[in-house]
Amino acid sequence: MLSVLAHLALAALWPPLLVGIVGRVEAWFAGRVGPPLLQPWRDVWKLLHKGTVQGRNTTWLFRAGPVAGMAAVAGAALLLPAGGLAPIVSFPGDFVVLAYLLGFGRFFLVLSALDTGSSFEGMGAAREVTFASLAEPGLFFCLLALGRLSSGWSLGRMIASAPAAGGPVAALVLVEIALVVIALAENGRIPVDDPATHLELTMIHEVMVLDHGGPDLALVSWAAAVRLFVFLSLVAGLALPSGLTDPRLSLALFCALTVALAVLVGVVESAMARLRLVAVPQLLVGAAVLSGFGLVLSLL
Amino acid sequence: MLSLHGATAAAREAVPVLPVRDFLAAATEALSSGARLGTLFGRDGTSGETALCAVFHDDALGRSRVVETRVRDRFPSLSPSFPQAQAFERAIFEERGVVPEGHPRLVGLREKPDRHPFFEVEGDGVHEVAVGPVHAGVIEPGHFRFQCHGETVLHLEIRLGWQHRGVARLLAGGPDARTLALIETLAGDTTAGHATAYCELFEALAGEGAPPRAQALRGVALELERLAAHAGCLGALAGDVGFLPSASLLGRLRAEFLNATAELCGSRFGRGLLVPGGVRFDLAETAARALADRVESAFARVEEAAELFFETPSVRGRTDGVGVLDADLADALGLVGPAARACGLVRDVRHDHPGGIYRFAYLPIARAEGGDVFSRAWIRLREIERSAAFVAEQLRALPAGAVRAPIGPPRPNRIALSLVEGFRGEIGHVALTGPDGRFERYDVTDPSIHNWPGLAMAMRGESISDFPLCNKSFDLSYAGHDL
Repeated sequence: MLSVLAHLALAALWPPLLVGIVGRVEAWFAGRVGPPLLQPWRDVWKLLHKGTVQGRNTTWLFRAGPVAGMAAVAGAALLLPAGGLAPIVSFPGDFVVLAYLLGFGRFFLVLSALDTGSSFEGMGAAREVTFASLAEPGLFFCLLALGRLSSGWSLGRMIASAPAAGGPVAALVLVEIALVVIALAENGRIPVDDPATHLELTMIHEVMVLDHGGPDLALVSWAAAVRLFVFLSLVAGLALPSGLTDPRLSLALFCALTVALAVLVGVVESAMARLRLVAVPQLLVGAAVLSGFGLVLSLL
Repeated sequence: MLSLHGATAAAREAVPVLPVRDFLAAATEALSSGARLGTLFGRDGTSGETALCAVFHDDALGRSRVVETRVRDRFPSLSPSFPQAQAFERAIFEERGVVPEGHPRLVGLREKPDRHPFFEVEGDGVHEVAVGPVHAGVIEPGHFRFQCHGETVLHLEIRLGWQHRGVARLLAGGPDARTLALIETLAGDTTAGHATAYCELFEALAGEGAPPRAQALRGVALELERLAAHAGCLGALAGDVGFLPSASLLGRLRAEFLNATAELCGSRFGRGLLVPGGVRFDLAETAARALADRVESAFARVEEAAELFFETPSVRGRTDGVGVLDADLADALGLVGPAARACGLVRDVRHDHPGGIYRFAYLPIARAEGGDVFSRAWIRLREIERSAAFVAEQLRALPAGAVRAPIGPPRPNRIALSLVEGFRGEIGHVALTGPDGRFERYDVTDPSIHNWPGLAMAMRGESISDFPLCNKSFDLSYAGHDL
């Protein structure tokens, strides 16, 4: 019971800190001090205490988007192990649920964007859906490869036992690389999207939530942080050394790894420019091909 | 036609007034033989007529030619044959109600979008995106209407005018106490550019000049303005592609040049420095040397930050081959400044029509061939390099003497023009004085007037997501266009 509570607390409270770390790393590269690490939390807190303004032409879908988005990523977080903490919900085949929970959240966010009738938001929604459909095969290849490498088809077992199962290391490495690329794309990070830009015409994820404010925007930002956490914990879980018996040490290591990955995201965002939108599919297809090779290797 | 070289004045009677047909023939002859249309404006003629005044620049010969005609309510448009005339004819239509017959798109130059429908593309999957006039950044207002097919832009229509202040009316009847302040803020970031054009024109009208030391200091102010603007533009381009290191470094280094300008006159934007007859503030010898060192060290750091920008493959992926404008189209549209030079056109007022210090100091023209975002960025780095060298050289060898000479009022019944290469390109001022020596008409042409259509054409067939980057690479002024 205690470990379930700890896991829930971690999944809810840790992610905004990761976003804060990304921001600090970028600020460091830019020669600035940057916002406090807890700023994303403060923003969410501030927004939760505000009212919200809604366009006259919007329907219930507009407000359902952020709620469904939050519910979906929260559900996804329940399926994943966090270091020594086993998944709160686990059953064979739950990796399919993970992929479609993320898809479900996106679907509702897209609907709420289209509900505004704004040409900006429609454009962003079209981009989001296009790139998501290209990222999905890669994610599935990765998860299938993990299933083959490990001894079970639940995410808990796949992540815990795949590294130690003695399969080809190359398969695991390819899956990790593909997962990092997919994580950058799915979370609207450079090189795919620029979360810091103010230019509506270039935005993907941010432009879909331009009309949201107050508690709705708080949910959107919070859900975005949890989404980042979900992807980073997939990558971090696979990178954890096997054979750790002390769950506390394992948890600490897991948290440290997510921090390291957040730093990596910050470094990538600082060290390279964003891709042209027309080049993004190439990157995503590349990630799918890498994970496809990983899958083939895991079948050997 | 009346020929003028550099910032000079002539008697108004010397400007030939041709019948409309001969005026058009003369314009056609000039524009087909390599001259550019500097400006075309209408003013009150006698007995309710409108006097049209056209100024052509022959870059190869270093001369400008002026010709006039009188029209009633219509005249045959030049724009179908010479697209560079389109903005001027739209301004004439808007200000005087005179119709340029046959103009391909006769919408007032500053007309609000609700008064005239947009050009529309119809078809399956074609959609329209409206941006502005209120933008997400701290920039000026302007409306952009895109006709898109998916992500591809089929057509972009730009409507400006929110910054219209009625400058022509405010300047008429001058010079008075407000004139110089108004000139300095025609386009807020081109203070030294417009002020230099005004002062040179005033001096031509008065028949007197500024002392050599003042001319050198004006050149320093103008080039510092260019340095600040170009460094800021490169930084903003880096920001638009999400490349943080160059964005923040160049943004900071822009301030170094602004601070250098502040040392000249106390204003970071160069306000209050220039005055007809010279400059208001002198620079001590030691301060000038220290300033030269600082500009050189700032340049070294700008170069470092810009090289990082140009050598990063992911940045080049965003800039190379994006927003291409070919030289023929750029020439037909009458582009000026870095945007024209990035297409391979050789035009630079400092070289073709030198005035002030530029008659004695040579600045090599930077030129690129690509016509894309990369070329427009690359040109700016090269110009930064040359301007920094120029500023340091001038500051180390300032001519001795006074910085301000007494100057009389403009002489009556004269016409004068002046050309200055601002950081955006050619700034043209034309003034006509009446019998009392007051400005009867003061016409300002900001480079933005020439260059906005270039942006619209560069976007054809491009991704709409590349628009902000293309827009920044042209770096145009809304206020300078609307006036």
